[in-house]
Amino acid sequence: MCGIAGLFLKDQKLAPELGGLLSGMLEALSDRGPDSAGFAVYGDGDAGQIKLTLRAAPSFDFAALVASLGKVAGAPIAYQVHDTHAVISIPTDREAAVASALLGMKDVDVVARGRRMAVFKEVGLPADVAKRFGLNAMTGTHAVGHTRMATESAVTTNGAHPFTTGTDQCLVHNGSLSNHNDVRRKLIRQGMTFRTENDSEVAAGYISSQMAAGASLQDAMTSSLAALDGFYTFVIGTETGFGVLRDPIACKPAVMAETDRWVAFGTEYRALVDLPGIDVARVWEPEPAKVYLWERH
Amino acid sequence: MPTVDLASSPLRELNSVLHQLTPSTNETHWTVTNPRGQHNIAVGLDFPAEIEIDGHVGYYCAGMNKQARVTVRGNAGQGVAENMMSGCVHVTGDASQAAGASGNGGLLVIDGNASARCGISMKGIDIVVKGSVGHLSAFMAQAGKLVVLGDAGEALGDSIYEAQLFVRGAVASLGADCIEKPLKDEHKIELKKLLDDAGVDGISPDEFKRYGSARKLYHFHIDNVGSY
Repeated sequence: MCGIAGLFLKDQKLAPELGGLLSGMLEALSDRGPDSAGFAVYGDGDAGQIKLTLRAAPSFDFAALVASLGKVAGAPIAYQVHDTHAVISIPTDREAAVASALLGMKDVDVVARGRRMAVFKEVGLPADVAKRFGLNAMTGTHAVGHTRMATESAVTTNGAHPFTTGTDQCLVHNGSLSNHNDVRRKLIRQGMTFRTENDSEVAAGYISSQMAAGASLQDAMTSSLAALDGFYTFVIGTETGFGVLRDPIACKPAVMAETDRWVAFGTEYRALVDLPGIDVARVWEPEPAKVYLWERH
Repeated sequence: MPTVDLASSPLRELNSVLHQLTPSTNETHWTVTNPRGQHNIAVGLDFPAEIEIDGHVGYYCAGMNKQARVTVRGNAGQGVAENMMSGCVHVTGDASQAAGASGNGGLLVIDGNASARCGISMKGIDIVVKGSVGHLSAFMAQAGKLVVLGDAGEALGDSIYEAQLFVRGAVASLGADCIEKPLKDEHKIELKKLLDDAGVDGISPDEFKRYGSARKLYHFHIDNVGSY
């Protein structure tokens, strides 16, 4: 099972509604994946700044952490706390010092890095997870989310989607990969590190490794058709892009809808019913082994 | 003519009421509004009622249908009209995977496209798709007729038994043991009737090609071992 929801806005007037719309989509997919949920939101980015999403235990004192990181950076650091996660924004030229300080802290994990992307995920019912993080209030250009029914690895926060393995890159997956151990070994030999035993993290890592080697998102998705064996529907986010890919057998369900204001992906049509203008949207099932990609220029 | 609004009324109630229809009822024409992609709408019907569903439906709509005539004014999710026994199911939009799967009888009409595995394991159902069908359609099809006005995806009729396939457009590839066969007058008569029943005008049976089983995989033969 598992459920995927994705929304890419063409009309930026909808930006304030992005989080609220995605929240409704995720809740509709609860019975496909009730054990954990997560989402990546591509919001504003400041030139010369990088966002890090941090995660810590409940009630962690992020204010104290940020104050001490500010001393490392030599300037105050802007941050926002969302339950167990915090998104901090630091000048790119101070990132190395801050990252080095964070490495020494055992009770804080850096879970995502992006100019515009922040990633939130936790164990629990999708509606509860969305509420804890305040998804309704989040704004941005595009977002992807996932409701998980664990099959390939444990029900843990790290095992929840999205998986991010590169700057502003994330992937959500419905399905199961059969050759993930082999691909993981190859990627590790190339220097990549993984946080989990999850097959979906390998798919994210594969896409990131291809893009790090210079491939476009389109090319990385095309080559993953040959490199990754198994059943999958992927929805992939980058700083400017939103991609959809199904395996050649197309075992896993998928529905897309498009209007002149947005493009949306849902594992089931139910996830799309409350989107504005859905009644006049073009609704279709994405074809197997075909790369669908929208880019913001 | 009762109308059931699924935005305010539970789906279980609708199905329960439809299951309890008796021959003495006057309520034979039902309208269902706000389906909003819900699964299992109008499943297991066994009464000659007319059900109109106003919008897109989720999985297994009109599954196991007997006698009823169900119209979906929108798209249908996976397994629409699966295991249908008789009656008619009409989808005005597209249908997702496994439309009409393992159907024993009745007629399924899809005005748009059907995706992969349309008519998989069909056992007597007739299916008319006015658009195209995806890969592995009519996989292990045993009986009945699949009519496709558009194109067919890869491996059409893979491991087919005695179902008959009529395709007007291009076939990406034929599956194991599926071959093109002559379109004889008797087939054209059957095909014309199906096109009429599906409300298709202006298209001649002569425009179709007929496919069916080469019957080489019916019994184990060592020379065919690679195809089993």
